[in-house]
Amino acid sequence: MSFISVNNVWQQYDDQVVLEGLNLSIAEGEFCTLVGASGCGKSTFLRLLLGQEVPSKGVILLDEQPIANEPDASRGVVFQRYSVFPHLSVLDNVALGLELPRSALLGRLFGKAKREAREQASALLHKVGLGHALDKYPTQLSGGMQQRLAIAQALIMKPRVLLLDEPFGALDPGIRKDMHVLLLELWRETKLTVFMVTHDLCEGFNLGTRLLVFDKVRLDPHAPGAYGARITYDIPLNSDRRAARAAIESLQTA
Amino acid sequence: MRLINRRPDRASRLILVILPFALLLFAYFTGSATRLTENPNDKLLPSAVQMTDAIKRVAIIPDQRTGEYLLWQDTASSLQRLAMGLAISAVVGLCVGIASGVLPLFGAPLSPLLTVLSMVPPLAVLPILFIVFGLGELSKVMLIVIGITPVLARDLEQRAREIPVELLIKAQTLGASTWTLILRVVLPQLLPRLLISLRLVLGSAWLFLIAAEAIASTDGLGYRIFLVRRYLAMDMILPYVAWITLLAWLMDWGLKALTRKAFPWYEGVRP
Repeated sequence: MSFISVNNVWQQYDDQVVLEGLNLSIAEGEFCTLVGASGCGKSTFLRLLLGQEVPSKGVILLDEQPIANEPDASRGVVFQRYSVFPHLSVLDNVALGLELPRSALLGRLFGKAKREAREQASALLHKVGLGHALDKYPTQLSGGMQQRLAIAQALIMKPRVLLLDEPFGALDPGIRKDMHVLLLELWRETKLTVFMVTHDLCEGFNLGTRLLVFDKVRLDPHAPGAYGARITYDIPLNSDRRAARAAIESLQTA
Repeated sequence: MRLINRRPDRASRLILVILPFALLLFAYFTGSATRLTENPNDKLLPSAVQMTDAIKRVAIIPDQRTGEYLLWQDTASSLQRLAMGLAISAVVGLCVGIASGVLPLFGAPLSPLLTVLSMVPPLAVLPILFIVFGLGELSKVMLIVIGITPVLARDLEQRAREIPVELLIKAQTLGASTWTLILRVVLPQLLPRLLISLRLVLGSAWLFLIAAEAIASTDGLGYRIFLVRRYLAMDMILPYVAWITLLAWLMDWGLKALTRKAFPWYEGVRP
């Protein structure tokens, strides 16, 4: 049974077709990397999964239910930029995710509840390697550290789906390697289903258990917007990783 | 070396800062001295001594009729009006700006309305204020409020729109409702901007205050200046103007210091 299924999804802005006839079925725990030329709808697809946009045609099901048409706590997200709140310290950036759902009136916790939220946030931050920077503001962190923070912030919600929109696009290669290690580690530990848009083919092949290539198969030179992109290749990757994960899961359920 | 690449060092910067003020004072006092030697009764450019005497009469010696110290009483009433006007405008401007900048359903009717309202010349509605609110404190405070609220609201609306949409989406994925999103993400990011906007509208606020006091008042810094104008009392007007300038400058500096202190993240803290 598929966790996420995409049924004949089209996305169109005025007369510009961006995505056409997408059909996909994704199992839980899959690490999908999305690659393709610029402007061929990878990020649009991610926004559809996020609920930031509603498809013009078709439907996306999560656990057999149509996904909510606005962002919510079930889907975490990390953008390339502007993923963290500049006015909150590193610790509060992560604790915010624990405070917001529990306090509908003020959006903040007090006393013991606040202490617990901060302890939980601090534990996660130590795990992603930000234990030394809890009291800093995001502007005081390097680009890689900010993305670590953004990932921690998304994971504190324990989302079932994590959406990454070129999260490491602005980082230099060394830092990017570290981030790959961190991301794979976190993915192995959780039952997370990941969708990651990337421009870097190597990254796409190395990280994913499934590589989705977006491309336009039809092109009318007189009307560039007439046809949208489809998924032209759907390649299973890193079967060892997938198998290891399936084995662990079967052991846990047994 | 090109002019654009030449920078003053510390010492010469200090001199350059003081120089225009010194020149201004020098020009004034030479002019004053020249005129006073020709005609000791000249009232146009009073000397430092004459001005000090005038200040003494209002600041240190109590008024013969009321027994009050005029300068301090004027200052207190003016500052009270100004503070009330600024506080009301800040709260209203913040609420309207956030509603209009963050919530598209509120922005649709509010945004064009604000644009039109901000074009109404506040001084043109002053007579209406006097008719509606009477000649008391309320109409003076209202003039300040009407004058600067649209400016604050429009500025904050614009800043609210400049908050990256990624942050608003991120907050929603962290479980924020519209209300908590405004409370924990939008509001804290706009507060430092509010202080900066307040600094920018301080000048207008003083303008409206003095205009209102000049027309209908029984005390206040603006009232006093316009009152003594009848006697050509430049020895009093000039120190009053200087005092108002100093107060405005101090308020500006205070707001700036407050922004730095209260929102260290705003101007890019260094590691």
